[in-house]
Amino acid sequence: MDSRVHAFLSVDKSSALDAARRWDARRADADALPPLAGLPVAIKDIICSQGLPTTCGSRILEGWRSPYDATVITRLREAGAIVIGKTNLDEFAMGSSTENSAFGPTRNPWDLARVPGGSSGGSAAAVSADMVPLALGTDTGGSVRLPAAFTGIVGLKPTYSRVSRYGLVAFASSLDQIGPLARTVADAALLLQVIAGRDPRDSTSADLPVPDYSASLPDGVKGMKIGIPREAIGAGLQREVNDAVLAAARVLEQAGASLIEVSLPTIEYAVPTYYILAPSEASANLARYDGVKYGLRVRTPDIHAMYARTRGEGFGTEVKRRIMLGTYALSAGFYEGFFLKAQQVRTLVRKDFTVAFGSVDLVLMPVAPTVAFKLGEKAHDPLQMYLTDIYTIPVNLAGLPGISVPCGSADGLPIGLQLIGKPFDEATVLRAAHTYEQSTEWHKARPQLT
Amino acid sequence: MSERTTAIAYEVVIGLEIHVQLLTDSKMFCECATAFGAPPNTQTCPVCLGLPGALPVINRKAVELGLRTAVALGCRVHGTSQFHRKNYYYPDLPKNYQITQYEYKIHPPLGTKGSLELTADTSPRRIGIRRVHLEEDTGKLVHVEQHGQILHSLIDFNRSGVPLMEVVTEPDLRSPEQARLFLGRLRSLLQAIGVSSGRMEEGSLRCDANVSLRRPGAELGIRTEVKNMNSLRSVERALAFEAQRQEQLLDRGQPVGQETRHWDERRGVTFSSRTKEEAQDYRYFPEPDLVPIAVGKQWIDEVRASLPELPDARRQRYASAYRLSPYDAGLVTSSMPLAIFFEATVGHYPQAKTVANWLAGDVAAYLNAEGLEIEETALTPNHLAELLRLVDAGTISIRTAKEILPEMLRTGASAEQLVADRGLAQISDTAAVGSVIDRIIAEHPGPASDFHGGKTQALTFLVGQVMKKTRGRANPELVNRLLREKLQS
Ligand SMILES: [Zn+2]
Repeated sequence: MDSRVHAFLSVDKSSALDAARRWDARRADADALPPLAGLPVAIKDIICSQGLPTTCGSRILEGWRSPYDATVITRLREAGAIVIGKTNLDEFAMGSSTENSAFGPTRNPWDLARVPGGSSGGSAAAVSADMVPLALGTDTGGSVRLPAAFTGIVGLKPTYSRVSRYGLVAFASSLDQIGPLARTVADAALLLQVIAGRDPRDSTSADLPVPDYSASLPDGVKGMKIGIPREAIGAGLQREVNDAVLAAARVLEQAGASLIEVSLPTIEYAVPTYYILAPSEASANLARYDGVKYGLRVRTPDIHAMYARTRGEGFGTEVKRRIMLGTYALSAGFYEGFFLKAQQVRTLVRKDFTVAFGSVDLVLMPVAPTVAFKLGEKAHDPLQMYLTDIYTIPVNLAGLPGISVPCGSADGLPIGLQLIGKPFDEATVLRAAHTYEQSTEWHKARPQLT
Repeated sequence: MSERTTAIAYEVVIGLEIHVQLLTDSKMFCECATAFGAPPNTQTCPVCLGLPGALPVINRKAVELGLRTAVALGCRVHGTSQFHRKNYYYPDLPKNYQITQYEYKIHPPLGTKGSLELTADTSPRRIGIRRVHLEEDTGKLVHVEQHGQILHSLIDFNRSGVPLMEVVTEPDLRSPEQARLFLGRLRSLLQAIGVSSGRMEEGSLRCDANVSLRRPGAELGIRTEVKNMNSLRSVERALAFEAQRQEQLLDRGQPVGQETRHWDERRGVTFSSRTKEEAQDYRYFPEPDLVPIAVGKQWIDEVRASLPELPDARRQRYASAYRLSPYDAGLVTSSMPLAIFFEATVGHYPQAKTVANWLAGDVAAYLNAEGLEIEETALTPNHLAELLRLVDAGTISIRTAKEILPEMLRTGASAEQLVADRGLAQISDTAAVGSVIDRIIAEHPGPASDFHGGKTQALTFLVGQVMKKTRGRANPELVNRLLREKLQS
């Protein structure tokens, strides 16, 4: 099936089978089993894992094998999960369609002519097409939530610093978060439970207790206050998306929540702010791919030519574009006007949410302005592509938890509902998403891959 | 008299940047060992190799040592301090950015605005400390050469990520000698507070200098940066050379180029290391992988309380308790090991001034010539005390003592052993000295009769001949007395 979807870049068949057999044997012994015993989990190929290559969807790391496991991989293995394979992505997670992979695009299982969203398109497609029950993605500007919305599954971006980034190959360090993709909210909660929590190897990871997410799922939304930002509804939205999101809000209202209009006046500046900050960090994070130590090396007699040719041939167009954007924004004479200014706007965006959360428990809005678009449709128009993330980027800038849960369809393509919570309040996000999901049938719809 | 008046018309302005390898067991941002001399790339991990996905974690001990320095230098210690990324490409820098600290108003380095007092023979002078900050070291390139051509280069990442502290002074130093004195003071301070081994030859203390000339009171001149000075002495030599070079340029009406120059210890010159000085843009920005260091008042108070006696206080104590001259007190406290050596020697031989004279004189000369620290020699305080006692007892002359000291420093031999083995004890035996005198008088009848004729300088000549015959071992007082007796009899 994957020959048509192209969700995976590598699959570990033999050790996965071995592990599955081992867990089956233990299940027969009725031992106390860890939470993910024997469950295959697909991993976005930007998370380091031993035993399989870690390419980041880039020629520059083609064939590179990490000598160490990311913290989330260690935790998955300890929880009994089987790392079944590495999934396709936009190169270094830079993109919204998975078309920027050096190894070819992933296709949307609902319509093979359409993109699965990105950058975690491979992980989302693998779950959507029932190849695996669970997957990990990463979300820097919407890269878990957008593909979840486009492929009709659940995708959660945890609070920044909730999940360790150790072993996640950095794109934009102050924004990157690893998050679960699953068919149901309950499954996503289960996976988050395993990967969340303090990691001494990531000094930005929060030293806060991790609540029992699954336990509070059935508690419902009675008395919960849900804010709908007036800036996020109406103009610029595909009509069916607008209608589906408002209908979803009413479902939650009927379940006992109250709806309140809120305002997030600065979110219109989120996309330009993001495209200063993320490329700036990326320009430094990606400097290490120089042909000296690992990955691609284009041999030349002198080192400067080696740097230039290795990076010239190893990186794709979008990665180069962002490295140049970031290098420019950090340059002497531009730093104050670009990087520093963007940092200030980021603070304002965060403040907007803080103010909103003074009166509500959750913020509800769309995940994306449209349903999945066609392959090639925006590939040559970076600005149009960037605007796909208009509703997800503000959440990354503010460092908040956000979930995408299926809430409708247009022309047979899934629509995602986004619920955003207070910092470290994934429990409320999951509870509301679960309540919504259980009140509707959308999560039961599956793509017909014939 | 020379017509040139420029020699006094210029003022030398020097600021120093000192890189200090901190005495931690593990690296700045990972758990790898910092021990010197391990086989290449055996002290590495994903973090210090800059592997994809690896993240830095701050070494608390390194921050503590930086804090000790900042407090000891009287710096303003900032409540929060942020790391930055300094972006540049070099193969020994695995991430192609260095994690360091940078002066941004909102993200200050660990400490700023401190000072260290310099007391030379002249009046005291406070040298401003602009900042104290922490950073990581780079790896080391090893070039494999054949027939003078580099075939290929290898990289040893053992040093990558080793904790470094940078101490930057204000341009307050006014002579190469002051620069050397300052560096000596700083080194001794860092040793005293347990921050650094202070070994410049091993690179655990590295010093770069900014040098410019100006007419007194005028604007600062164009400065050059001098690198690669590996000892206190080479700092003074290099800066003296560089100041003179700039002076000659200015005298000829030529401009000083803003450039980086390397000191060549062997040739005794500085040379330009980059022909074209490109203004490097390091694109500093706050390191997003690290949270700011929080330094609370309590931590600062704890550090302050735990500091030992600092060299300044120690110097003052020596000057008053042992009645040492300011110069001697400064010298014996110029390094922590030397100060400890001094006190230990005084424990065996209580005439502190004599001990200080020897340490400031012959011992210092030997250390300077050999480029060694006292603790790197084989000399023990006990042996030095013994040597001084042999002189006092008249067993050996001061001249003999000076002659055997280098050997004691080199081999650790005891003074008594050396004197016994080589028969160096003074000849104080009247009969033995008398027979030599008889021979000398017989060989030099002229001077002997001159003495009788009233020419007393003839006596000096004859004493010299006796000393020569005994290779300096005859007791000079005895020789004098016996000669007079024999000539007058
Ligand atoms: Zn290491």
